Amino acid sequence: MLTQIAYALPFLAQGFALTLWVSLLVVVFSLIAGVIMGVGLVYGPIPLQWAVRIFSDTIRGIPILVLIFFVYYGLPAVGLHLPSFWAAVLALTLFKTAQVVEYLRGAVGSIPRGQSEAAMAIGLTFRQRLAYVIFPQAFRRFLPPWINGVTDAVKGSALVSLLGITDLMQAINQVIGRTYEAMPLYVLGALIYFAVNYALSLASRRLERRFSFIRE
Amino acid sequence: MSTSSTNIPALLDVTDVSKSFGTVQVLRSVSLRVARGEVVTVIGPSGSGKTTLLRCVNFLESYDSGSIRIDGKEVGFRETGARQRRGERDLAAMRAETGMVFQSFNLFPHLTAAGNIMLGLTKVRGKSRAEARTIADHWLGRVGLAHKADSLPAELSGGQQQRVGIARAVAMGPKILLLDEITSALDPELVGEVLEVVRSLAEDGMTMVMVTHEMAFARDASSRIIFMADGGVSAAGPPSEILAADTDNERLRTFLARFRASHF
Repeated sequence: MLTQIAYALPFLAQGFALTLWVSLLVVVFSLIAGVIMGVGLVYGPIPLQWAVRIFSDTIRGIPILVLIFFVYYGLPAVGLHLPSFWAAVLALTLFKTAQVVEYLRGAVGSIPRGQSEAAMAIGLTFRQRLAYVIFPQAFRRFLPPWINGVTDAVKGSALVSLLGITDLMQAINQVIGRTYEAMPLYVLGALIYFAVNYALSLASRRLERRFSFIRE
Repeated sequence: MSTSSTNIPALLDVTDVSKSFGTVQVLRSVSLRVARGEVVTVIGPSGSGKTTLLRCVNFLESYDSGSIRIDGKEVGFRETGARQRRGERDLAAMRAETGMVFQSFNLFPHLTAAGNIMLGLTKVRGKSRAEARTIADHWLGRVGLAHKADSLPAELSGGQQQRVGIARAVAMGPKILLLDEITSALDPELVGEVLEVVRSLAEDGMTMVMVTHEMAFARDASSRIIFMADGGVSAAGPPSEILAADTDNERLRTFLARFRASHF
């Protein structure tokens, strides 16, 4: 049994690499899109606020599985054909972006108005106020839910196996198909996912401590 | 000094400014001229519009009509064409010409005392960190906090925080300093140290407009006092005239009587 699993390890490693790659893309894209849209939601003109609000509420109201199938099977109907890999990344990114928007809104909203005013009073432009006054303070509040969201993204990436993408989950299923050793392989899979997410949690706690000087 | 005569160009020129929050009119055609080096104190009951007026001067609040000029330049609106708000960069540059000190200090909690002062100097004035630090140290010395340069705001007392707030504003080299009830959030024993700093700036010739409830300080430090009521200027003149107990202005008399009653 062990030799069979050992034999499958390189294949599992490939699947694991793909899981990490999908997670990384989703986390990076959703962070960029979510922060930009979140700033639009907090500071933008009313029509923009509405647009972001509708986007976020809609996406958050759809189960992620439905979203994945919608992007993969639904978008071709309107002429947009995405390879399964990118369809999966897009669906997961949309889902995560809506969450990042809310984390950002909460974090920025917790900064007292006087901070913006003091920054305006010394002549900082909007971007400078965000970069040097608002974001550094909002960061500590943004971080815990966001890291939580990152671990969710790693776990959620297992859903891409449903589009036939050979990520860690799919690789495990295929090895089980050949070896019929379901239990040890699922345990191994669970341990790998856990190891990644536990490492992320530890890193998060470290970061939080580094930024704990900011008063409540 | 009682009435800034019109042939001296005013540093701050507020003309007919009106503003409403919804259906409530908070400023009614307010006009005010402040000459260079003058210290003008605005007093009045709460809700009289004094803080709003101050916030309009550096355009933290917009206003519906009228004009506010500093050194001849319209603060919040474009000079030419239809009444249109200045662009973001333009507005930021105009605001850098006024300093403001807030009731609740509003220091940046993630930056040290020196860091609070250096931010505007490096990002707005384009100074190097070393230059900015030198200026920050100079002003921290002026407000008696040279030894607290590397302390975070949370490690300072209220009075110390407010003195950093003043240093942050004046370090930018503003043409005019706006002080919005800067001692109202302080414990009584900390008020003196802050007012002492303001007094020394006044002696240096810093032009100031302040809203305050410290009548004794207003009497000693200001060249002129403006009494506001219901969003308008109800009385204006030298301290001796405005703070006299037998003034003809009934609202002012009531305000002063109430004030005396609550403070003694």
